[in-house]
Amino acid sequence: MTRWAMAIDLDRCTGCEACVVACHAENNIRLVGPEEAARGRAIHWLRIERYYEGEYPDVRVRFVPVLCQHCGAAPCEPVCPVYATYHTDEGLNAMVYNRCVGTRYCANNCPYSVRFFNWHAAPWPDPLQRQLNPDVAARPAGVMEKCTFCVQRIQRARQQAADEGRELRDGEVQPACAESCPTRAIVFGDLDDPDSRVARLSRSGRARRLLEELGTHPAVFYLARGARESSGEP
Amino acid sequence: MNPEDERLLLAPVERGSRGLRLGLVASALAAGVLCACWGYQIAHDLGVAGINRPVFWGVYITNFVFWIGISHAGTLISAILRLTGAEWRRPVTRCAEAITVFALAVGGLFPLIHLGRPWLFYWLLPLPNARGLWPNFRSPLLWDVTAIGTYFLGSSLYLFLPAIPDLAALRDRATGWRRRVYTWCALGWRGTPRQWHALENGIRVMAVLILPVAVSVHTIVSWDFAMSLQPMWHSTIFGPYFVAGAIYSGIAILVAVMAALRRGLGLGRYISETVFDNLGLLFLTMALVWAYFTFAEHLTVWYGNEPAEMAVFWERVSGRYAPAFWTMVVLNFAVPMLVLPFRRGRRPGPASLVAVGVLLGMWLERFLIIIPSLANPRLAYTVGRYVPSGVEWGITFGAFGLFVFLYHLFLRCVPAVSLWEMRAGAAAESDTSLAPEPAREGVR
Repeated sequence: MTRWAMAIDLDRCTGCEACVVACHAENNIRLVGPEEAARGRAIHWLRIERYYEGEYPDVRVRFVPVLCQHCGAAPCEPVCPVYATYHTDEGLNAMVYNRCVGTRYCANNCPYSVRFFNWHAAPWPDPLQRQLNPDVAARPAGVMEKCTFCVQRIQRARQQAADEGRELRDGEVQPACAESCPTRAIVFGDLDDPDSRVARLSRSGRARRLLEELGTHPAVFYLARGARESSGEP
Repeated sequence: MNPEDERLLLAPVERGSRGLRLGLVASALAAGVLCACWGYQIAHDLGVAGINRPVFWGVYITNFVFWIGISHAGTLISAILRLTGAEWRRPVTRCAEAITVFALAVGGLFPLIHLGRPWLFYWLLPLPNARGLWPNFRSPLLWDVTAIGTYFLGSSLYLFLPAIPDLAALRDRATGWRRRVYTWCALGWRGTPRQWHALENGIRVMAVLILPVAVSVHTIVSWDFAMSLQPMWHSTIFGPYFVAGAIYSGIAILVAVMAALRRGLGLGRYISETVFDNLGLLFLTMALVWAYFTFAEHLTVWYGNEPAEMAVFWERVSGRYAPAFWTMVVLNFAVPMLVLPFRRGRRPGPASLVAVGVLLGMWLERFLIIIPSLANPRLAYTVGRYVPSGVEWGITFGAFGLFVFLYHLFLRCVPAVSLWEMRAGAAAESDTSLAPEPAREGVR
């Protein structure tokens, strides 16, 4: 069985936001413009949270990339009245846009605030519509959307492996964020394969999960800063 | 009950009045604001409302909880008073039961107004789709649909049953097309002993059945919040807290509506000061119950001192929402405590002023439960703010208009005070041998 998971090394993250841009391009995420963004309508499936430590001039900035945590016990799933969000047998927290009626209950029950609503229909003024990814559905107004772990890339990689008559290899599936990360801070893979990189990183002493105490069983592991040498990981 | 009483009570139905016609037109215009704003919102998408991330639920859900709460006036109070055989209920029950049905009709609109794709609302009904997929019964929203649907059917029936003898009386007096409509509504009522017996049983059964339904409805509305992980929503006390608040706001609107009926229709001799005195005591009791729950809820959160909850707590008590919070405390607790304990304070004038304040206060209470929690999510990075837009205010205002409009229509169709129940009450008071229809003895 496959269980998709992600590890993010906070020691490597420089906060460059290349992942954010790659995510927008890959997943046809609309830009809302400055006015709507100021009203809290911006959509970023992946965001870099910045936390400042210390007093000027001795300030350190910590970056935390936050995306859908694809929780094993996702609070967003049971509250959806129409099964628009549900759990796949590969551990993905999937979103079916066509089923969504827009109650936005899932977003209210997400402790990570990583679900987004399409408040308006997406305008794709020329030439922006020419760069849309044909593998990803455009979302109409009135439905929720969020990170899918680039499910279209998972499907494509699996198809290719099936065509070549072999199993998926570790590291073969790369979400846009992981692929674009210049410091390779983001690692994606199968948690049920004990030898995969993500599985080994998840067992590291540095591995933490966000708001783990809520019992959501997130599938994203954050590798804490500063202890890399001592933990002896790859 | 003499013919003069009958004429007075039937006047709004049979003749109407200038005031009623004026009220009908004015409230229809106000309801038109709702239609216009909702139409605009459907045409331009939900973005025209002020809701955003992380405040995904705003004034629409506030209104939903408020109106469903208001609906607890009628049926619940009327059922309790009927079952306990309180004599002073007779002029109250009809206008109270009507509040329930219309408040539910208005409140039931809001989950639809709030949907991202309202034209797909029927996907929430407990029916399988073309692929055999049922809606998700684990979702509190589906419990809502089921509970409110049951309550609406039950309370409509509970309004209709005791109205049958009056509809028959109207049928006998009416002519033309009105006679045909009333004939259809009266279901062949002839006032035979067997019919009275069946009606009495039916009302009693409905009164018993509607009580648990009413309690469950607002409990389930509270569970929309309590079942989630949001700070200060995830509270075990929410079920009874919401029910108490619902009954409290329900009595408030009942007092306000009865005072308006007294003045507007000149029903002072039926809806007497005794009625207001008794209802005022119930009002006072619910003010205390509400204050107790509010105090218990906030004290336990404060003492527990959990960071995510405290962010919401301070925002409510001393932050951005403090003015709304303390206005709520004054309107819902301080003012009722200063006025209602005194007999003079329970007279129609002061009591209805207190009631209007409590309605505003309870609306604020719903707002304060919903918005500060959403604006302060667990990850401090996503803290948000919310300012309702003009469309949202227009719909909120229009909802009151729609309620008043529906109530005016009702006043033009059915007497606001139950004729036969007043007659039965008068008969029970005087010598029983003078009762106009002996079969009505014992009918409540």
